[in-house]
Amino acid sequence: MSIQKEIKWKRLPLSTNYAVAYAVKDLDVDVVAAYPITPQTTVVEKISEFIANGELDAEMIHVESEHSALSATVGASAAGARAFTATASQGLELMHEILHIASGLRMPVVMSVATRALSAPISIWNDYSDLMNARDASWVTLIVASAQEAYDTIVQAYKIAESPDVMLPVMVAYDGYIMSHTYEPVLVPEDPSIVLEFAPKNYNRLRLDPDRPMTFGTIANPDWYYEFKYQQVVAMKNAYRKAIEVDKEFGKVFGRSYGILETCCLDDADVVVLTYGGLYGTFLEAIRKMRENGVKVGAARLRLWRPFPAEDVVRELGGAKMLVVVDRAISYGAQISGPVAMEVMNAFYGDPDAPSIMSVVVGIGQRTVTSYTVREIVDYAFRVLERGRVPRETLYWGVRGVKYE
Amino acid sequence: MAEEKLPAWNELPPGAVVIEPGNMAERYTGDWRVFRPVINQEKCIRCLLCWVYCPDDAFSIVEEPYVTQKGRKYKFSLKIDYNHCKGCGICVEECPVKAIDFVEEVK
Repeated sequence: MSIQKEIKWKRLPLSTNYAVAYAVKDLDVDVVAAYPITPQTTVVEKISEFIANGELDAEMIHVESEHSALSATVGASAAGARAFTATASQGLELMHEILHIASGLRMPVVMSVATRALSAPISIWNDYSDLMNARDASWVTLIVASAQEAYDTIVQAYKIAESPDVMLPVMVAYDGYIMSHTYEPVLVPEDPSIVLEFAPKNYNRLRLDPDRPMTFGTIANPDWYYEFKYQQVVAMKNAYRKAIEVDKEFGKVFGRSYGILETCCLDDADVVVLTYGGLYGTFLEAIRKMRENGVKVGAARLRLWRPFPAEDVVRELGGAKMLVVVDRAISYGAQISGPVAMEVMNAFYGDPDAPSIMSVVVGIGQRTVTSYTVREIVDYAFRVLERGRVPRETLYWGVRGVKYE
Repeated sequence: MAEEKLPAWNELPPGAVVIEPGNMAERYTGDWRVFRPVINQEKCIRCLLCWVYCPDDAFSIVEEPYVTQKGRKYKFSLKIDYNHCKGCGICVEECPVKAIDFVEEVK
């Protein structure tokens, strides 16, 4: 089974955007439709280059907006093509209507999202407001933490999306700028056929075919609609199992796997900090240093956001005394306004042995988060633990004029 | 109604795709109609433009010979399937000899 020994790797310096483009090329995607938006643009620029060079045989559709970009992608997917698009921020918001159509039509589209803050005021910098807004669109959503993981996850994404018991679109998200525009060494197979072998195209699905006419995009009246939505509920449940399975299988073939919830230093940890995306690297560095100084702290990274792996969160993180969930998006007006914090609390709801859970928001509009920030947050968490009074609302860490003692 | 006869979620194709083509024949949409097109067989010159234009395929060519009062003979006639005519009025608009009357549905 150890095929990975036979794979010859090229070690390339790639930004996460370029890593995504390389994965798209190696997956032999048939149709790409996208509209430029910072910080996503270089994904499709690179794909255009591959097509122009003859390295990728795909149709690139130049569209006039993100709404059209995803519409064209859905159309291509309905015709049976392996289709890809990429976007960020305002672009993802403009797609919103089609997000639901892609999942409702059960199109195995894959999209990369270089997450970015939302207007107004205009910010081209990173946070996860755009992605969290797309939470309820029935897209399987993975958040990655390195350029290598982005390459690997795009490959996994098609395998998840196109598997017959899932058939849902998949989003692969990462930090805009912090990851999209920073370069890392990435291993890319010299012979990409191994990638297609791992994730072969699924043509055996319902698609538009003149020889076998079908109607897509029908109306469902009140006595029909509900059943189709329930199909999506079941497909999401299947996607949870599939995401785990595909990641394991990927590990066997390529020698790298990530799990759906990455953890570090959980043994005897009193405080565990849970976050997502590239920020995890900063957290890891800070927490490893604190560990060296004897602080009982652990870290975890959520990789699968939708479907939310509630069981895994409870199983893996339930042993801590306090769980600090660090979000980079705000659900305005909610009692706990960190989107992931809400889910974590929900996962532990009714559990008498549940740890105390604290919601912290950082990095809004790419406000700098350093290992010093992490240390401050962890110190604060230990103080709260001593005092025994956990705040029942989100802490907005680092905003000028607000101090938490 | 006969709700128990409708298929369960796992008996339906995914994504509300209609797998069998041509199934609009099974769905009666005639009760959407507010105005009813009625062919005046005397005026009709059998040009078939209504048959071409009808978006619901509600016109059919039937082998019913017809002789007008002026003695003009036709080998066939046109008939409207009122189970599927939605009353859009396109045939009324397109008829070159105004042979289709548009009558309000009054029950």
